[in-house]
Amino acid sequence: MDFQIALLLAQDGITNGAIYALLALALVLVFAVTRVIFIPQGEFVAYGALTLVMIQAGHVPATLWLLVGAGVLAAVVDARGALASGQKGRLAGVLAWNAGYPLVLAALLYLLPLATLPLAVQVLLALLVIVPMGPLMYRLIYQPIAAAPVLILLIVSVAVHVGMVGLGLLFFGAEGSRTPAFSEARFEVGPMMVTGQTIWVVAASIVLIVALYQFFGRTIYGKALRATAMNRNGARLMGISPALAGRLTFLLAALIGALSGVLIAPITTIYYDTGFLIGLKGFVAAIVGGLASYPIAAAGAVLVGLLEAFSSFWASAYKEVIVFTLIIPVLLWRSLTSHHVEEEE
Amino acid sequence: MKLRTSLMAAIGLAFAATAAQADINVGVTVSATGPAASLGIPEKNTIALLPTTIAGEKVNYIVLDDASDTTSAVKNVRKLISEDKVDVILGSTITPNSLAMIDVVAEAATPMISMAASARIVEPVDDKKRWVFKTPQNDAQMSTAIIEHMTNNGVKTVAFIGFSDAYGEGWYEQFSAVADARKLKMVANERFARTDTSVTGQVLKIMAAKPDAVLIAGSGTPAALPQKAFKERGFTGKIYQTHGVANNDFLRVCGKDCEGTFLPAGPVLVADQLPDSNPVKKSAVEYISKYEAAHGKGSVSTFGAHGWDSGVLLAAAVPTALKKAKPGTKEFRAALRDALEGLKEVPAAHGIFTMSPNDHLGLDQRARVMVQIQNGAWKLVK
Repeated sequence: MDFQIALLLAQDGITNGAIYALLALALVLVFAVTRVIFIPQGEFVAYGALTLVMIQAGHVPATLWLLVGAGVLAAVVDARGALASGQKGRLAGVLAWNAGYPLVLAALLYLLPLATLPLAVQVLLALLVIVPMGPLMYRLIYQPIAAAPVLILLIVSVAVHVGMVGLGLLFFGAEGSRTPAFSEARFEVGPMMVTGQTIWVVAASIVLIVALYQFFGRTIYGKALRATAMNRNGARLMGISPALAGRLTFLLAALIGALSGVLIAPITTIYYDTGFLIGLKGFVAAIVGGLASYPIAAAGAVLVGLLEAFSSFWASAYKEVIVFTLIIPVLLWRSLTSHHVEEEE
Repeated sequence: MKLRTSLMAAIGLAFAATAAQADINVGVTVSATGPAASLGIPEKNTIALLPTTIAGEKVNYIVLDDASDTTSAVKNVRKLISEDKVDVILGSTITPNSLAMIDVVAEAATPMISMAASARIVEPVDDKKRWVFKTPQNDAQMSTAIIEHMTNNGVKTVAFIGFSDAYGEGWYEQFSAVADARKLKMVANERFARTDTSVTGQVLKIMAAKPDAVLIAGSGTPAALPQKAFKERGFTGKIYQTHGVANNDFLRVCGKDCEGTFLPAGPVLVADQLPDSNPVKKSAVEYISKYEAAHGKGSVSTFGAHGWDSGVLLAAAVPTALKKAKPGTKEFRAALRDALEGLKEVPAAHGIFTMSPNDHLGLDQRARVMVQIQNGAWKLVK
């Protein structure tokens, strides 16, 4: 291996690492606030990318019907709750957000000439379809069992993952797709050729990480989420609704997932089940950060990306083995150095 | 007298009723979901196009999905045999499933026609495998076609990159053996997973070895990833793919990066370009027009054609078997097996089948052509 190959591999590793970093941050966030190990995180990557593909092909994305279905279901559940507790005033808001929004979006998608819209609008529409599925998923699946032990939440996550993969096959079919690159630009940096899309991925990841940092540090909602993550009961006593915190967290997780999908769709072929493996590598990174530390998780993600790139050069047949074996020394080191007290059981 | 006629009429009716009940039941298990779904879905669609009567007998197809999973495939076969009392099994889509099904069908003495590629499914024909037939070409036949094309075009060194599973491994075995015999030098051997999002490392390593040509052994759209990486890094040698990519989704995903790629394939892929003298043309075009009438233009794939061929073999063998026994009996299943083994010169979508007691595939060199991708379409290499 010469220096140029090493540089190319490093570039590849960092591009993938940036995506793993975003997913690792989402996983850490979801776990910290809701104690859910969010296996379906990767599905949002595939859903985001493939929804964009469908929009670019001029079809109304099939995922829209999942959104409409989940929205109507949530509207029914919330409306019953509002009626039972005698809060008729909330009814209009509940119906407008849960059922009204998906239907308006559906009308919009049917009326717009999807294939000819500028890329930025197509991406925005894809995000508008996928991102609200996050809070709806929390409302319908996790909120009713919010107090359950971590293990139950994990099992439910696995079930949601399997369900979403199955729906993905139904929506998108078995074959993969790619989207055109955001920019066809290429830059020569020394001996390397850097593509515009690589810069997009890395820059978008950095912007998103900085934005999240600002969100948690400066906004009231961000602080509320941090408070919930640190001490759930304490936050509740301070008037922070755990349901709101949960929904907000899932909104962010879905946003990060769908955006990651949109970013990598031009670099690699995305299948209905691609998300799982990407999510799993983000998970390895999140474990490196102990499911608690954002900076260490992000660094872990870059490490996973680099390890993957270099192991694919030296021992391509064992690449996945090498990446996932990373988790064993990390867990050993974590369990030897930290004195963690189980909060339940 | 009157009583006697009515009695005879009643007996005649009863016989007619049993005959109607003794339809031919065909059990099908395909991988319509899971990793092999892109192969299994066209096969499932094809089963719906198969004839519903053969030689005057009604044929029922009972189609189950095995989710590309070995255990489910075996479970499906057991259910089809014990509950639905099928006379023959078609499937499964992939090699591991088909291999696992052999024990079950041999035990129940039921013939099976697999749509999976590996030669190990039918070779060597032994006590168990005498019940098993298959329709797709062997990898060895396809390897030979690739290597012939390489040596004819001045390729001296070749690199290999394949799936890190049975498909890639099987191809490497077959390909390296033939390459060795033909004095082609293998300079690199790499693997990638069908779920990989990047193959930069493998591609850089292969390019450092400077091969004249590279063979990518993958199936379906995942095989586009290395090809795109080679083009992006400016690889100028010849690129070969396997027949596993022969569907239109591959062209869509790979786009202009696949221009000039060579691959071996069943003649059905380029049926309309075959000369009229080619014996496969008529039967291949028949399948294509039927499939496209049901599923739209350009929807046909070579995988579905393997399913079609299993139906063609069945339709050719059933009339012979019907002469010996009634459907639904042990004797019929045995007769059907013998009839399948005795098939001669049956034209199907992928070639001409001539079975024998040692050959349960029955395809020859008429079952493969070399194809090049030109202007985003398959072109027959003359």
